[in-house]
Amino acid sequence: MAEQRAAASIEAVETGLAAQGYIASRQIATAVYLAEQIEKPILVEGPAGVGKTELAKAIAAWRGLKMIRLQCYEGLDEAKALYEWKYAKQLLYTQILKDKLGEVLGGAPTLEAALAQLHDFGDVFFSKEFVEPRPLLQALEQPKGCVLLIDEIDKSDAEFESLLLEILSDFQVTIPELGTVVAVAAPTVILTSNSERDLGDALKRRCLHLHIGFPEQKLEERIVESRVPGISQMLRKQMVGFIHELRTLDLKKQPSVSETIDWARVLVLLQATELGHEMVKDTLNVLLKYEADIEVALPQVSTFVAKASRHNVFG
Amino acid sequence: MRENLHRFFRAARGAGVRVSPAESIDAMRAVASVGFSNRNILRDTLLLTLAKTQDEKKSLGECFDLFFDQPEPATPKPEDDNDSESEASEAEASESGAPGQPAAGSPAAQPTEGLGPLAQMLLAQDRTEIAAALASAASAASLSDIRYFTQRGIFSGRILDAMGIQRLRDDLDELAVSNPALAERLGSMLDALRETVRDTVSQALLLYGREETENLRNEILRNAPLARIEPRQVEQMRRLIRQIARRLRERYSKPRKRQRRGHLDVRRTMRRNAAWGGIPFLTAWKRRRRDRPKIVAICDVSGSVAKVSDFFLLLIHSLHEVVDDVRSFAFSGHLIEVSDILESRSPEEAMAEIMSKVGFGSSDYGNSFDDFERGWMNSITQKTTVIVLGDARSNNLDPRADILRRVSERSKRLVWLNPEGRMAWGFGDSEMPRYATFCTVVRQCATAQQLERAVSDIVATYQ
Repeated sequence: MAEQRAAASIEAVETGLAAQGYIASRQIATAVYLAEQIEKPILVEGPAGVGKTELAKAIAAWRGLKMIRLQCYEGLDEAKALYEWKYAKQLLYTQILKDKLGEVLGGAPTLEAALAQLHDFGDVFFSKEFVEPRPLLQALEQPKGCVLLIDEIDKSDAEFESLLLEILSDFQVTIPELGTVVAVAAPTVILTSNSERDLGDALKRRCLHLHIGFPEQKLEERIVESRVPGISQMLRKQMVGFIHELRTLDLKKQPSVSETIDWARVLVLLQATELGHEMVKDTLNVLLKYEADIEVALPQVSTFVAKASRHNVFG
Repeated sequence: MRENLHRFFRAARGAGVRVSPAESIDAMRAVASVGFSNRNILRDTLLLTLAKTQDEKKSLGECFDLFFDQPEPATPKPEDDNDSESEASEAEASESGAPGQPAAGSPAAQPTEGLGPLAQMLLAQDRTEIAAALASAASAASLSDIRYFTQRGIFSGRILDAMGIQRLRDDLDELAVSNPALAERLGSMLDALRETVRDTVSQALLLYGREETENLRNEILRNAPLARIEPRQVEQMRRLIRQIARRLRERYSKPRKRQRRGHLDVRRTMRRNAAWGGIPFLTAWKRRRRDRPKIVAICDVSGSVAKVSDFFLLLIHSLHEVVDDVRSFAFSGHLIEVSDILESRSPEEAMAEIMSKVGFGSSDYGNSFDDFERGWMNSITQKTTVIVLGDARSNNLDPRADILRRVSERSKRLVWLNPEGRMAWGFGDSEMPRYATFCTVVRQCATAQQLERAVSDIVATYQ
């Protein structure tokens, strides 16, 4: 399970991720493969619930690496993302060492001598001991490398993007008091974005840009198959077909893959064997999260169910 | 192949995808690690490394398909290293499909001695060789520099010259005397070749010249009076307006924080100085977010002003990230609020609905202002910019400039955009001079460019 080496081919990535229950399309597998080959972060964009965060988790599980997650939000800054000085510890130590300091400096006859002696200690209080590593620094310090997930980067401020640039292009950070910390092993970096705001060109330039949209019907069936093994093949086909019909409607929030999986679980729980109108109407709230959307979809349910069943008959 | 990739990058730039040198290096490395064997994977790879938005992916995908159109079945010859497969195959395709081409026949037996190389090549019907010659002639004529459709003739001529058409013509003249049958065959082949070259050039133009052509067209469109553009240009204009909106968003949606000097942020200062035992070596000041613009837009939708209002409303309503709050009103004879219509409908539908409700009347500024004062005066606050768009031609009715004065007093700024030229203000039934006294700014706004400047200035005052 704990493989450390990079994937040998795109197919290897696909099977590796599939073993973790993540069915990747060819684009996704290519992106993951390339990210490792040319050591570039992947910027994943797409609607909510298509498995952007899941991708990072699957990669970590497949490669047997630790996953470090940095959830972005408005106002996230250096101190919470990169590193912070342990102020309390610094204070505590100066207090405890007060006497010791006095002792050491006590022998100095003049102020200059005392200063010179103090200089000899070096910057004890601004050493690695007193740095509290936050996710980004932690990721660089992992001896075996890791998967660094920077989630919902579009939620953070524009300044934070600039902070990431050094890490993304060179896998290093500069701490003024300590110097530059270079990654022990280059982490696999995944950035996700819901395109709430346009990201800067500088950030985009440093990343591979992967757009995950809603999967094709076949792929989605495979995803459901791997995530909800208990579901019968016929029902799976029908429900995925139904969801694809649903996505053609003009909805406020289209049902995404995570909703498909939830719905599949619900249908299994209700011990459904076939897609029925009543059942769909009752469980529509699993798929659609807005009242207005449900109102739009309800009149169409019968047609869609019929369509989905018909598709099933012919293949 | 390396050369091919470089040419693809140029084509990508032509398609409007900004490919920086660093990105092209990345793409090269990525391609090196996936290889060329699988076309779909190559496509994915280039899309992953070069295109950074959904739109770019789409146009780059199209560009890729065009560029690597019909990959050549045979492996390319060593000497056409720097040829494009697409051109070669394109040439082939047209060659085989060219009219008047005697497909049957045994060219080898023909007396071809004493003819130029091009003539021999054509008579030998060696497609690969012709394609190769065409491709190398194309690169000699630096076909990838083609930018405008007007250059098609020049480039076709250059390519034919490079292939040795002069010699071919001489040969034709000689053959016409000595061997008319052969001359006729050669002549029809020459026509086929011309056609091929023309196709090659057209394709190159499609690949490399798209952006330039578009820029040229946009430039013309930007300076065309909005009120008089033709119906077929409306869609292009909408696209242009969206582009302008995107540009404004990028420029102005940066976080608006500024320091409020003199207000100490005690908590942050304490924390920052904890390492020095709480002695404030470093001070932290309170910050304040800047206000985002609040806009109330009042648009005349009568007659010739309607078009300008249409585009103006489209622009204002696509500035979500920059503008906090927009309320739009439309009037000709009377005034209604149209914000919801604009938010919920597509631009075409929205405008059609607005026109059906208030359009097609003679404008009555006084009455409309009166409607506004009764209904929505309290939507104007100290932070609001009020924009009035109209020609101020009130058909000699009461202009009610007093209402405009009160609007002006309540708001942060009152901007009047007039599609008419300054010369016309104050003539006939124009009430512009009377209104102008209460406006912070009055400016002409007849073209997309003026529209952009006007909106840009309004937003900039909040920065």
